[in-house]
Amino acid sequence: MDGNEPENEMAGGEAEKDAAPSFSVPAPSTPSLASLGGGQNPPNGEDRRQAVESGAAAKPRPISRRKLLEAIGAVGIGVGLGFRVLEDPSAASPARQRAAAPRSTKDPLPQWTMIFDLRYCDGCKACTAACQSAHYLPKDTEWIKVYTLTSADGGTYHLPKPCMMCEDPPCQAVCPVGATFRTDEGMVLIDQNVCIGCRTCMAACPYESRYLNTSPMPEVPRQPFPTSPEWPVPQVVDTVGKCIWCAARLPSGMLPECATSCQMGVIYIGDLTTDVAVNGQGNVITISEFLRDNDAVRLKEELGTNPRVYYIPGHGQDLSGWA
Amino acid sequence: MDLTIDRSSQMDRSLRDGARRELREAAVRPMLQKPGPGYRLLVVALGAVVALGLVAFVDQCVKGLSVDDYSNAAFWDVNISNFITIVGVAYGGAVISAVLRLTGAGWRAPLTRIAEGVSVVAVLVGGACIIPSLGRPERIWEFFTRPNFSSPLIWDALAIATYGFASVVFFYLPLIPDLVVAKQTMGDRAGRLRTALWRALSRGWEGSPAQHRLLGRMTGFLAILIIPLAVTVHSVLGWAFAITSFRPWWSEELWAPLFVIAALYSGIALVILSLAALRHTYHLQNYITDRHFKLLGFILAPFGATYLYMSVADFLPGAYHGEPGTAAVFRQLFVGAYAPWFWIFVVGGIIVPLLIIALPQTRRVGWIVFAAALILPTFWLNRVLMVIVPATYDMMNATFGVYSWTWVNASITAGAMAAVPLLILLLFRFVPILSVTEIEQLEAEQLETEQLKAARLEAVQLEIAQLEAVQLDGSEGRVPLGALQEEVR
Repeated sequence: MDGNEPENEMAGGEAEKDAAPSFSVPAPSTPSLASLGGGQNPPNGEDRRQAVESGAAAKPRPISRRKLLEAIGAVGIGVGLGFRVLEDPSAASPARQRAAAPRSTKDPLPQWTMIFDLRYCDGCKACTAACQSAHYLPKDTEWIKVYTLTSADGGTYHLPKPCMMCEDPPCQAVCPVGATFRTDEGMVLIDQNVCIGCRTCMAACPYESRYLNTSPMPEVPRQPFPTSPEWPVPQVVDTVGKCIWCAARLPSGMLPECATSCQMGVIYIGDLTTDVAVNGQGNVITISEFLRDNDAVRLKEELGTNPRVYYIPGHGQDLSGWA
Repeated sequence: MDLTIDRSSQMDRSLRDGARRELREAAVRPMLQKPGPGYRLLVVALGAVVALGLVAFVDQCVKGLSVDDYSNAAFWDVNISNFITIVGVAYGGAVISAVLRLTGAGWRAPLTRIAEGVSVVAVLVGGACIIPSLGRPERIWEFFTRPNFSSPLIWDALAIATYGFASVVFFYLPLIPDLVVAKQTMGDRAGRLRTALWRALSRGWEGSPAQHRLLGRMTGFLAILIIPLAVTVHSVLGWAFAITSFRPWWSEELWAPLFVIAALYSGIALVILSLAALRHTYHLQNYITDRHFKLLGFILAPFGATYLYMSVADFLPGAYHGEPGTAAVFRQLFVGAYAPWFWIFVVGGIIVPLLIIALPQTRRVGWIVFAAALILPTFWLNRVLMVIVPATYDMMNATFGVYSWTWVNASITAGAMAAVPLLILLLFRFVPILSVTEIEQLEAEQLETEQLKAARLEAVQLEIAQLEAVQLDGSEGRVPLGALQEEVR
């Protein structure tokens, strides 16, 4: 199952986009939840309209056909939207993403992902230190945090945790002013010039990935990138900050600071569209194969957040039911 | 015969006039009475605490949230608890006034003004309590300029703003005729400020039947409206936790109704406490009687029992076979670091007040006021636990962070708590403390029914006399006589 996920994502280039509409073209004869769910799907919508209309045709019709169709259309759209709202977000995620992504005639956008090969992590926390110095963070703000945990067989293992860049980020949904947003490349970022510091996102994040910038922030010298949600340095005091996967570096082919700093080559950063990832040691992998061959898992899969971070367990840890 | 009736009705009227004058004097007594040293001391003390809270808030604005000793483990704190608690107690006024109005409970009349006033003050102070909780309070306008409607917080803000507005109007409408009455009663003693204020607020009230009808209709409409509004406010507050988060204990289906019941329970407690304090200060014993406290106690008890039942329903499944996180949080509450506070809440906030009302020996004013005085702080404590314990739980490694607070949060909390009684005291320096018109109307209705009863009695007695006369003649008619005698009794 976990192996399949990235494959879909990888194929999420042209092939997947073309396949998506053709999948729903043969309209089901009987209306189902799925057909109602796709509110903007023309064949299904037509079906529903006809079905309702044939029922109404028996009665004398004082209003014009055009008006009736409009009304039925409106009801249909309403019902469709209603089902969209009630839909299981995890199930709807890829579709919603495709719908949200602009149909570009150019190359498909990169869809960033991170892979942590826990077989090689020795818990040295070099990634945490490098991240803190690169982003000028105070000591207790660990955008990438290394947990030392006990596995079922009694051994210890280490688990570095950055932002999960969820495809259905709970933090984005609960932000009252829309300061947290998700880019077309799958990056969940914060506009700290908007954030009101209510910390609801910290309540929402099941991965404890968000931090409140309370302490006075360290002095920051001139930066290679302008201050923006992609490079929020310096952090704005009394707003919420989190790991950004060094979003400003990625377009120019630079790796995130944690990946660069990891001497063990644990941390891979990659693009699901091209299916290629690389770690700080220069090892290049094919994402779909790597994840499938090594039984990759995602944290707290059951919450339906669809994280973009994969872990290669390697020590027999059961990460699925973890914490 | 005719003469005696006339004289007695005249006496009645003069007695009634005397009672009416007394009532009107009592209603404006807080404005007439020269403030004693105790009152002045109280106002100054409360004002000082509020000022301290404001100073702390300014300090926090200048230096940032770091003055609150926030840790990333405890991202929400006592400010959120203050917010829930004080907005919660605003429900009491709505219940006493609206629910009792709708159910036609005549005894409510002397209580409604105080209950509604307490409600208005609490919702305004409570709503303001969310501001010091924000890291960037200067950006609060973004709630209006760029709302994200999928966030429960936006609905929170909308619900509280709507409820706050509705409760101000619900306080204001029955006040309109009373302002005219107050002006009549106080005359020149009202002072220029109050006279101007009342003239502006009474909006040309003359007391015509059309005006009375319109006002009655609007008040009735608002009484119906304000009950579901209050339910939405407290439900949305519960959902702000339940929807937002995957955190143990917060993500409970039961939290919305639990918040509603807690608000009702603590709200009525605040009304009881305010009634007792104001009755004592302004000598209103003739109007707010011991019976009122007993009746309010009877309203309080079922809500306390419901809260107890719902808490058990909330805790039992999670404690019995809870998921690791839920079990860890409940263990922390029942036997862990927060256990003393939790059990103080259970015993002091629910069990003791319920016992006080249940036992006939303690069902007296003093005890009921004591119960209310127990409920308010313990329910604040409960809200602190509800916020802090799940917030400090680390969902990644299942540990609990340490929560600590500084003089800043403590001062803001104390300031918020002191602002409620201070504003209640000040409010009744400007508006009559009893809803004179409502009391008089209900009394007039009562008088009318009594007069009708008396007339009916007279008619029946006459009939009996006639029937008895007939019976003496030896004719039939026993059955109607018996029935009529029954009616007289």
